[in-house]
Amino acid sequence: MCGIVGLLLKKPALRPALGELMLPMLIGMTERGPDSAGLAVYREPVAEGRCKYSLYVSNGRADWPAIGREAGKRFGSDATLDANANHAILTARADRDAIAAWLADAHRDIAVLSAGQAMDIYKDIGTPAAIAERYGFSRLSGTHVVGHTRMATESAVTPAHAHPFTFGEDFCLVHNGSLSNPNDVRRQLEHEGVRFVTDNDTEAACRYIGKRLAEGDDLAAAMTKGFDVLDGFYTLLIGTRDTLAIVRDPFACKPAIVAETDDYVAISSEYRGLAALPGVASAKLFEPRPRQLYRWQVQ
Amino acid sequence: MIFDLARQSVRDLNGFLHGDLQAKGLPDVQVLSPNGAHSVAVGVNAPVKIAIEGHVGYYAAGMNQHADIDIRGNAGPGVAEGMCSGSVHVRGFASVAAGAAAHGGLLVIDQDASLRCGISMKGIDIVVGGDVGDYSAFMAQAGRLVVCGNAGDALGDSLYEAVIYVRGAVASLGADAEEQPMTAQDHSVLRDLLGRAGFDYDPREFRRIGSARKLYHWNVDANQEY
Repeated sequence: MCGIVGLLLKKPALRPALGELMLPMLIGMTERGPDSAGLAVYREPVAEGRCKYSLYVSNGRADWPAIGREAGKRFGSDATLDANANHAILTARADRDAIAAWLADAHRDIAVLSAGQAMDIYKDIGTPAAIAERYGFSRLSGTHVVGHTRMATESAVTPAHAHPFTFGEDFCLVHNGSLSNPNDVRRQLEHEGVRFVTDNDTEAACRYIGKRLAEGDDLAAAMTKGFDVLDGFYTLLIGTRDTLAIVRDPFACKPAIVAETDDYVAISSEYRGLAALPGVASAKLFEPRPRQLYRWQVQ
Repeated sequence: MIFDLARQSVRDLNGFLHGDLQAKGLPDVQVLSPNGAHSVAVGVNAPVKIAIEGHVGYYAAGMNQHADIDIRGNAGPGVAEGMCSGSVHVRGFASVAAGAAAHGGLLVIDQDASLRCGISMKGIDIVVGGDVGDYSAFMAQAGRLVVCGNAGDALGDSLYEAVIYVRGAVASLGADAEEQPMTAQDHSVLRDLLGRAGFDYDPREFRRIGSARKLYHWNVDANQEY
């Protein structure tokens, strides 16, 4: 069992309150996912030519100021590093290979969780409330957020196994359910040159759909193929730079409910996750139908 | 008697409902701020009226006996599962497996019901004002499922002796489900159910789906093809 939450703010004036609005949603899904939590927050994209990397230090200790200075020397003086506990967001004019080479060379305990112009990732083990406190989720601002609370059933409880998973730039995916063929999907993708970080089933779904998008499919085309390839139970919540999307497996084995108002689109595994949102009493509520892609664009 | 789930727990509510309600004079119970809580008013075994003012989560009103439970909102998965008698009325929509495996009583859903509505129903009557999702009345053994809207795929798959009445379109029938002629008795049953559920449809607008009873016996010549 796991919990998913998504929130896309339609009105720019609400964007500074994204974290504050989302926090009760994430905490409301604690019973579905008490062992880990994480989120991807989408913010104003960085300048053309620059890229953001969400970094995570596995031993919980990093001299982030020193690492920031080192990044400045290596990638140019406009590189910045915003530390937040054992996560940090590095913004630099450098491609992912250059970042990976630097970390492999000098900081083997630091992992790159994501890359992109708009997306930051935070994920860790612990209760959703503890993780939200650790990283200050209530202070997050942005256009949309994709969040997850995890109750692990198929692979280890580690920060790397927590959701969201990412692929390429500004693409993330969280999952409630369990795939029955993740190893087949993984083997096929590895054969095509895709590298995996964990043995988590969701990572297979993320890299499958992410790769379809990277090869030119739009989300609808990628999911049409995904319905044939991904076997098992899933409600998938997907974020891209300007989109929040949800799909449920053909049997609708895992729950989801959407609340839409003039101000926001909010998605949760259960109504409990939506109950604290302002205006939810008059929101349009519905359950996404199985095997159908629903998506909302940032305006 | 009022329970406000913003301040009291579901356990407080259900503990009260499982007590000796006869001795308390069978009080009407009102439940405020359910906010999607699970297992609201499950296992009630007394002829009381319970009004739930909002949306409920999983398994609301499950295993009900005798009570009339009015959910003034939407219901999560498994509403009224295992009900034996009494009634449950969902004013909004219901998630998957509404009325699952229920032996009796009346479940009314004003709007749509999701997939597997009435799965393995064993005597309950279910009236859905809107549509039902795929695999509804799967392996349904007894009782009536009335669908005022449309039905999804595999309606009545592996049906036993439950009967389905559908007013709208059926995406597809499941294995061994077939359309059967409506009799005067069907019209009478349907008129009664629609009346008790508060819907004003003409029974003549409905079609009857029942079991072709071809799966009742092993057919060696079928070669596993059904």
